[in-house]
Amino acid sequence: MKALGSRCAFFIGFLVGTCTLYVFLHQVWFERTFSTLQPDGLEKTAAQLHELEEDSKNWKKERSALFNLNHPHHKGEDSHMADELYKKVRILCWVMTGPNNLQKKARHIKNTWSRHCNVVVFMSSVDDPDFPTVGLGTKEGRDQLYWKTIRAFHYALENHGDEADWFLKADDDTYVVVDNLRWVLANHTPEEPIYFGRRFKPYTKQGYMSGGAGYVLSKEALKRFVEGFKTKVCTHTTHVEDLAMGQCMEKVGVVAGDARETPSSGRPFHPFVPEQHLTSKFSKSFWYWSYCYYPISEGPNCCSDLSVSFHYVDASLMYLLEYYTYHLRAFGYRYRYQPPSPLGYKIEAWDGADGGHSYSKESNRPSRGGHWRGWRVRPGQTGNRK
Amino acid sequence: MLSEGSSFMKGMALGGIFCLLLSLLGSFTPGMQSSPEDQHHHHHIKAPTNDELQSLSEPQMVELSQKVRVYCVIMVQPKVLVYWATAKDTWSKHCDQAVFYSSESAKALEAVDLNEQDEWTKLRKALKHAYDNSGDLRWFFVARPTTFAIIENLKYLILAKDPNEPFYIGHAMKSGELEYVEYESGIVLSYEALRRLVNVFKDEEKCPERGRALWKLSEEKQLAICLKYTGVFAENGEDTQGKGLFNSKSVSSLIEDGMSKNPLDVVEGCCSDLAITFSGMSPNQMQVMMFGVYRLRPYGHNFHDSLIFFPPEGSDND
Repeated sequence: MKALGSRCAFFIGFLVGTCTLYVFLHQVWFERTFSTLQPDGLEKTAAQLHELEEDSKNWKKERSALFNLNHPHHKGEDSHMADELYKKVRILCWVMTGPNNLQKKARHIKNTWSRHCNVVVFMSSVDDPDFPTVGLGTKEGRDQLYWKTIRAFHYALENHGDEADWFLKADDDTYVVVDNLRWVLANHTPEEPIYFGRRFKPYTKQGYMSGGAGYVLSKEALKRFVEGFKTKVCTHTTHVEDLAMGQCMEKVGVVAGDARETPSSGRPFHPFVPEQHLTSKFSKSFWYWSYCYYPISEGPNCCSDLSVSFHYVDASLMYLLEYYTYHLRAFGYRYRYQPPSPLGYKIEAWDGADGGHSYSKESNRPSRGGHWRGWRVRPGQTGNRK
Repeated sequence: MLSEGSSFMKGMALGGIFCLLLSLLGSFTPGMQSSPEDQHHHHHIKAPTNDELQSLSEPQMVELSQKVRVYCVIMVQPKVLVYWATAKDTWSKHCDQAVFYSSESAKALEAVDLNEQDEWTKLRKALKHAYDNSGDLRWFFVARPTTFAIIENLKYLILAKDPNEPFYIGHAMKSGELEYVEYESGIVLSYEALRRLVNVFKDEEKCPERGRALWKLSEEKQLAICLKYTGVFAENGEDTQGKGLFNSKSVSSLIEDGMSKNPLDVVEGCCSDLAITFSGMSPNQMQVMMFGVYRLRPYGHNFHDSLIFFPPEGSDND
């Protein structure tokens, strides 16, 4: 009996020992791997330094604005047309943000679409020399929006009037494809008193541009805006920033432009995220139907291939849109929609039918004046050279 | 009492040593991450570089563009009809032939009824049907209901590969000694690989129709085993920089991973520019991806690719 009892005790002890040590080892090992995932204090400052270093490669920080040093390019890409427009159609992007949103929202804009602007200024209520943001001397809140807008535009003209031709206002949850904005603007000159955006119709004669979808003023429009406040033609009428803007624009004779390529083409500026425009069926009682100046298309025809903006874009969607716009593509795909080049800009005919395309100096391949070899393949049929 | 106590202590001590030994032996295969050495045991397939394509002669290019045509095997389920409808309305339009295979028939679902619930048997039947009906198509791509594939990028990857050679490509994974292609991120088979597979299906010993093992192997592993018997091995599809082209996660989840792991370079670090598949996408996300791949682009940026793929007829979202 005693022998049995001690044998049992041995076995139980064996089990207990195994389990205890297993748990002990698991904890230690787990903690070790867990600690390698968590950066400690020292590693955190290293990360911050790295971020500053990266920033300094892309931007020149001056007078609380970011001047683009490093217009993003892809390996193997022929972007001579985009570079041409970058030089000719200079855009100052100012982003309406606040001290609480710098890390949550504005930072992601700094990492993505704003890198395609010529100059970027982040407008806040508080000065922040590191980010950098401009302090407009207002408070934060919805009722401050028009005050911030007025001061932001005044600041832009005063400090950067000579460094840009067009002045874009965006929210910190707006995503803008700046290259496509240049394509729209290239058909106009900065001396025209005109502004573009997603046109809404109520409360004004010529309509006004949705604040969230972003709107862009020509230099002449901006000058008239500032002049309007000096002469008291324009005042702080309401805190509804986009409507107030539209009312002032109307008073100083700035035209509400039509950014669509043709009346039946997809729209460029969008007040919602792509998913909503492409897939949602907005209910007929939704305000959107009665606000839009031009007829709304639902489904794929909603949106231009060369869309300019989307709104209510959160941090991860910012990066996703950057990936979709500038990175992910279908190899060799010949887009259905071939946009016309802007007036006054010559682009070599890229259709390959006669083979007469010469490569630009930017591409990796040597210039071949004449015969381009491209093989056309249509799904479902045998590939044939057409 | 004392002897029992001492037996207990002895047992505990031995148990502890036993556990320590086991974990020391086991620590060479940590559960957290697969060691980098594992990666190098995979076979890699890389997309051709620009220079490689330029070096091909005209007749070679004609021949290649005729050979690189894809038969898409898309597995669907009547329970989730919306995935069938979305695949039909989006990416599958770019396949040279897209055929849907369902576990059971249902009204409104246009698919080949396999009349089968078991995943492995379904896969076998679908592949056999594809082989019998492929006509002159020489490449096969197998997708799940939530897979989104960019067929043009698949064609680019396999452009210079001969379908009369056995190829079994995708996101290659390793389980013990077995290398297999992950089902979720899509499986690519050349004609020769499929021919050998259909042949080995007849062998109930090597490739049983219903798994005989005590525990059921997943169908992706079963496939790998059957192919291994015929001398066909899994290969990992990568772009010219070595980034994986087949993704088993959705693009938004990969972006979110990038935001936490690589916050300064989220987009560069995320996914390849010429990615072939993403998985776990919702129908709406697939429509957005359709727009993002085939339409949305920045004006003035052009890629002069050596091959042109035209948009399919009668489609409005690409």
